[in-house]
Amino acid sequence: MRRILPFAGQNRNTKTILAVAALFAGFFAPFAQAIERLDVKSPVHEYKLDNGLKILVKQDNRAPIAVVELWYKVGSSYEHDGLTGVSHVVEHMMFKGTQKHPTGEFSRIIAENGAEDNAFTSDDYTAYYQIIAADRLEVAFELESDRVRNLTLPPAEFKKELEVVKEERRWRTEDKPPALTREQFSAVAFLNSPYKNPVIGWPSDLNAMQVEDLRAWYERWYAPNNATLVVVGDVEPDKVYELAKQYYGPLKPTPDIAPPKPQVEVEQKGLRTLVVKAPAELPYLLMGYKTPALINAKEKWEPYALEVLAGIMDGGNSSRFARELVRGQEIAADASAWYSGYGRMSDLFSLSGTPSKGITVETLKAALLTQVEKLKTEQVSAAELERVKAGVIAGEIYQRDSQQGQAEQLGSLESVGLGYQLADEYVGNILAVTPEQVQAVAKKYLVEDHLTIAELEPQPIDPNKSKFEPHFER
Amino acid sequence: MLKTLFAAPLALLLLLLAPWAQAAPKIESWTTGNGLRVYYVSAPNLPMVDLRLMFDAGSARDGAQQGLASLTNSMLDTGAGGLGEDQIAEKFDDVGAVFSSGSSMDMSWTGLRTITLEKEEKAALDLWLTLLAKPDFPAEPFARIQKLMLVGLQAEKQDPEALASKAFYKAVYGDHPYGQPQNGTEDSLNALKLDDVKAFYQHYYVAKNGLLAIVGAVDRKQAEALAEQVAASLPTGAAAPPIPEVKPLTESKVVKIPYPSAQAHILVGQVGDKRGDPDYFTLYMGNQTLGGSGFTSRLMKEVRDARGLTYNVYSYFSPSKEMGVFEVGLQTRREKTEEALQVVRDVIGKFQQEGPAAEELEAAKKDVTGGFPLRTASNSQIVEYLGVIGFYNLPLDYLDTFTSKINALSREQIADAFTRRVQPDKLVTVIVGETDPVAATAPPATPGATADAAPPPAAAQPPAR
Repeated sequence: MRRILPFAGQNRNTKTILAVAALFAGFFAPFAQAIERLDVKSPVHEYKLDNGLKILVKQDNRAPIAVVELWYKVGSSYEHDGLTGVSHVVEHMMFKGTQKHPTGEFSRIIAENGAEDNAFTSDDYTAYYQIIAADRLEVAFELESDRVRNLTLPPAEFKKELEVVKEERRWRTEDKPPALTREQFSAVAFLNSPYKNPVIGWPSDLNAMQVEDLRAWYERWYAPNNATLVVVGDVEPDKVYELAKQYYGPLKPTPDIAPPKPQVEVEQKGLRTLVVKAPAELPYLLMGYKTPALINAKEKWEPYALEVLAGIMDGGNSSRFARELVRGQEIAADASAWYSGYGRMSDLFSLSGTPSKGITVETLKAALLTQVEKLKTEQVSAAELERVKAGVIAGEIYQRDSQQGQAEQLGSLESVGLGYQLADEYVGNILAVTPEQVQAVAKKYLVEDHLTIAELEPQPIDPNKSKFEPHFER
Repeated sequence: MLKTLFAAPLALLLLLLAPWAQAAPKIESWTTGNGLRVYYVSAPNLPMVDLRLMFDAGSARDGAQQGLASLTNSMLDTGAGGLGEDQIAEKFDDVGAVFSSGSSMDMSWTGLRTITLEKEEKAALDLWLTLLAKPDFPAEPFARIQKLMLVGLQAEKQDPEALASKAFYKAVYGDHPYGQPQNGTEDSLNALKLDDVKAFYQHYYVAKNGLLAIVGAVDRKQAEALAEQVAASLPTGAAAPPIPEVKPLTESKVVKIPYPSAQAHILVGQVGDKRGDPDYFTLYMGNQTLGGSGFTSRLMKEVRDARGLTYNVYSYFSPSKEMGVFEVGLQTRREKTEEALQVVRDVIGKFQQEGPAAEELEAAKKDVTGGFPLRTASNSQIVEYLGVIGFYNLPLDYLDTFTSKINALSREQIADAFTRRVQPDKLVTVIVGETDPVAATAPPATPGATADAAPPPAAAQPPAR
């Protein structure tokens, strides 16, 4: 079962937390105090270079390592039609060399230092990371800073890497029926928001991609003033800053980087449904309601109430879906709910599920909709609400076990424009959510006119039928 | 919606189980009065503790009742001491505790992660101990989990990677318990009875067949008290007998499973090594160069970088109680199946004969030794390590001596181990997705038996929960 609350934040403002915790009498106070003790030890140190690079450093001395991440404000939601997938292909090509470190050198040097490295692309950001012994931080800084501006993008390497990306697409999407369903679902749920496009890109866009497209994209977005450097680990913040000045300081900023056009999704005017047919054994249901995001919500409490709402449905083994749909009525083999409210733009409140044996997808759909209706008409109980909140607070502590998780939270909040400080307020805002507010957001946002429903309709898995795959052959 | 793509596939969990040495956490170990072995590491910085209780009760103990170990393990939180499933779930969630459980070929385990605030910790621990000491094995959840496992089998049939893995284990192990599907078959699951589960639990979930790992903000004294409480909830019992030895393959095999996928999903390999194996270090280090180190491995360079034939290609040895697998895996568009396979076979063949170049070994040593501190940075990682060290009876100084053992290895030792342990003329090749019966042939050097596996056999994956 997926984790429901994506932000078990850290580094909150302890005053906020304690003030709110006080509202909940003794129940949450010990939790909050435990977190407070941690916060005193590990605040976030913020710096900025003259060229615009923002630097966030958080000490975690439990192990002699450091997680180093460079986050760029660019991802698939910055792309326009015909060029989908370009952010991700650039990310692949970032491992193909600069003048100073030709193809293969980056990975060789990283391995020689016993470090792990990788990179990832999402709708709203692209990030590169190394996990390295803390005393070798400089190795990571030297390599990473070199590829902010100096990528060579060799055409021969591009040609091969594009094939790798196409293989990745086949592996991730084409051969996985639920993934294929999710891709088509997003394209129907959104009409003009770029969230309609897959991060990996549409097949014909990948086919038509040229190395010149990558060069233009790289030059437009890869600049110190469009990036955030995050370091979490056994480091001295001021020394990290000095090292950053040394390696990143000389990089030229790009003046006046034009932000992407707003591309605000038009209002949905009625239920949308789609069917995806693919060779499969199990049906799969995916439903999504349009919701505001934290960044644009007019009522600041609403996203937190939506987060709690998702927790009531699917926040652990005692949640309603697990209790009533998987156990209880035994309608679902699995059922999930999650709120995507931490992006650059408005997204969805989603429900998904696979019917249990002998149960039709229609029955599952009706059961999920009944769950939604119940949350609109009845208030959640105090005990349920407290349970969800207890999970959030415990999650706050557990999340600190992973240095990488901490770095990713800072980097993503900063990159989507919410600001890393948001984590400070997270727990306090969740603890402040009332049963009335949970009901209110259910009523206001889980409405049929703003709903999209996708159903995977399994087709026989015919081994002799070659998969219809015109995508990459012209 | 989670839509995040990575430059390279994330490292397999297995790789996390690579050993470390420098800055190794201090491991303390003792045995409780009734024979439960305990492995403990103090981690005082976060107000939390992880407990993990493991038993020699994996699918290798299923016998003819395939899926029994897995089903038994899934029953742990369904009823105990008169509490029903819903109550158990509520009580854990009330205090923010995380209950977990799982099983593999060799072991079954259950874990508890809790905050170390007195009230919350006590509530979580008391409940966990009740689950262990007084399981009720109620009938309704049993029937439901049985059904869920059947749905899990269906899910596998639409997953070419799972089909490949299942066929691979079957081909490598034949009738050995490691070749049996961990999640059972339709017939075996339908035949299971609640009494089978009870008997399995009573037989294997016992102190002398178990191991407890403790990592967190508890001192030695508290850890000892915790361990005594856990041990007291278990009968003494006896350690499970050894499982049969694995017989090496005598000829190559090609298994083709037709499937309407865009890619061919390919696995190549054979019997590998076991924990405590005299060749463990040489095979581990050699494999770093062959296909175990991600971007810098030969397989990645040849199949992905030089030819653009795949997103992911890897190799690993998966040492187990008895001989685990040596496995090479990749996926490629169907029309490139033969080309990709040829490259893989060439790379394996050359490496088997020559071993790593001197500079490759040097680079691998730096990679492995320099990366030690990364792999014990979190409590979660340390718990995993304690499990491996304890379960496989590795010496307590295993980690402290690891770097020197790695650094002492020579190119010749690795080449020698690969020459003895890897037989390119006795490889299993599984291809899921190929439709043309002549497109994929056995290795040209020594064509062996060809087994067409349709309908696909059962799997090596735990059930979806």
